[in-house]
Amino acid sequence: MALVAFALIALIALGSALGLVLKRNPIHGALFLVVNLGSIAALYLTLGAEFLAAAQVIVYAGAIMVLFVFAIMVLIPGKEETGPDPRRPWRLLALPAGAILLMLLAVYVVGAPAAPSGRATSGGVEAIARLLFTDYLFPFELTSVLLLAAMVGVLLLARRRA
Amino acid sequence: MVPESYYLALSVALFSTGVVGVIVRRNPLVIFMSIELMLNAANLAFVAFGHRLGSNDGQALVFFVMAVAAAEVAVGLAIIVAIFRLRRRLSVDDLSLMRW
Repeated sequence: MALVAFALIALIALGSALGLVLKRNPIHGALFLVVNLGSIAALYLTLGAEFLAAAQVIVYAGAIMVLFVFAIMVLIPGKEETGPDPRRPWRLLALPAGAILLMLLAVYVVGAPAAPSGRATSGGVEAIARLLFTDYLFPFELTSVLLLAAMVGVLLLARRRA
Repeated sequence: MVPESYYLALSVALFSTGVVGVIVRRNPLVIFMSIELMLNAANLAFVAFGHRLGSNDGQALVFFVMAVAAAEVAVGLAIIVAIFRLRRRLSVDDLSLMRW
């Protein structure tokens, strides 16, 4: 039962990832990416990471994808990929390169030795929060500085100079 | 119970798809979305490894990756909009100013 659910979600995730790469219209790609992020959130749920699933939907599928769709609406004048591709044969080299990468990663990551499993994890808000405010306190505070710096930088970049 | 290696295999496949997308596509926005795809594949691997090791550290790392990705998307999209204002076109082939 769990396996069937996993296979279904994994199929959706892979299909939407391929849709993102193959569809010519970037708005279709953005919608495919939303589907992909949602399916990954579902996978987090099956792994017992409830907090991350919620954060994935709110931060990624919500905030980040809204930014993307907004930028696409502002920038893209209807159709896409202007003109014929002058470097098409080179770009098609990406397919064998991607296949080689896939095999290498499969050997190293999937074949990683199974460690002795520790206690069962709880991915609830409390467990993550405890970790974030004890072991990872410094990076957590640093993240707030990073977000502030990003905000100021974006304001500077987006200012219309004329 | 689904073994973690299935999750890792899916993560590897998603990451490779993202890499191919970054190389093949010419629209910087789509390239950006492919990068998000790769980040998510890495996040999935983090959570799967954390599940295998029985620790929550992987999930904490995913939290940081999400925060950094949010900052990165905001800055990156602002840069793309600024480039578009200057050039009125949107193709990475045109952006060869700093090419050696």
